[in-house]
Amino acid sequence: MNEFKISFRVSGKVHVMDLKGYLDAHTAPNLEEAFQKLIKEEKLNILVNCKDLAYISSAGLGVFMAFIEDVRTGGGDIKMSNMSPKVYNIFDLLGFPMLYEIFTDEHEAVKKFDAKKQSSK
Amino acid sequence: MTSGGNQKTTRLNLRIPSQTEKLNMAREFVADAAKVFGFKEDDVNNIALAVDEACTNIIKHAYSYAADKQIDIVVSMKKPEFEILIEDHGKHFNPNQIPVPNMKEYMSHYKRGGLGMYLMKKLMDKVEYTIHPKKNVVRLIKYLH
Repeated sequence: MNEFKISFRVSGKVHVMDLKGYLDAHTAPNLEEAFQKLIKEEKLNILVNCKDLAYISSAGLGVFMAFIEDVRTGGGDIKMSNMSPKVYNIFDLLGFPMLYEIFTDEHEAVKKFDAKKQSSK
Repeated sequence: MTSGGNQKTTRLNLRIPSQTEKLNMAREFVADAAKVFGFKEDDVNNIALAVDEACTNIIKHAYSYAADKQIDIVVSMKKPEFEILIEDHGKHFNPNQIPVPNMKEYMSHYKRGGLGMYLMKKLMDKVEYTIHPKKNVVRLIKYLH
């Protein structure tokens, strides 16, 4: 079991990445490419939906750390949603909730992006 | 009341090539053993992840991503102790020289790297590193409660 897939879609002004499968040192480069692509296209409101993410190791967590600064400097953000307890536990062990907003539901995350846009007008 | 008895140690071995695409084999191998040993799902997941982290570090640091080397994983089971030894024959790596990060400070500086070792310490009951002349050994222990 080492399959990993990313699919892209849009929800309003938010670019959603749906992660599926196993995110480890072998598959983490795929996530790096995905972030690079979005950033290059200046799509900086990024929501990572983890509903089908079965596994994550520090290699995957490191990818988020690699891009968060650039995305936030550019006025965007990386938020996450729909994590299973197993996956959330690993994010939590590394203190990710201190740095990232993690939502139980995608809609709450999208609303948060919208709220931020409204308040910056 | 049960006595210690003459419980034998059960040992299982796996050798994988030093390739990240083989990490799932290492995870499944230890997860299966951990389930048979009696660990609940959370602990099984934590053990598999700790082994993934250890093997990833070997691939990156001991072998500098050379794909033609070997990683040996030996699981020894004697209740309540579940021990995993992970051996490589690569560059010596002294993890005691790497400080355990303060995660709050780490996060505030957007750092990356060093997360694997930190996770291993959080997920297992014991993590020990031994450098031998020709091999490095990571010893991970989890106790069944």
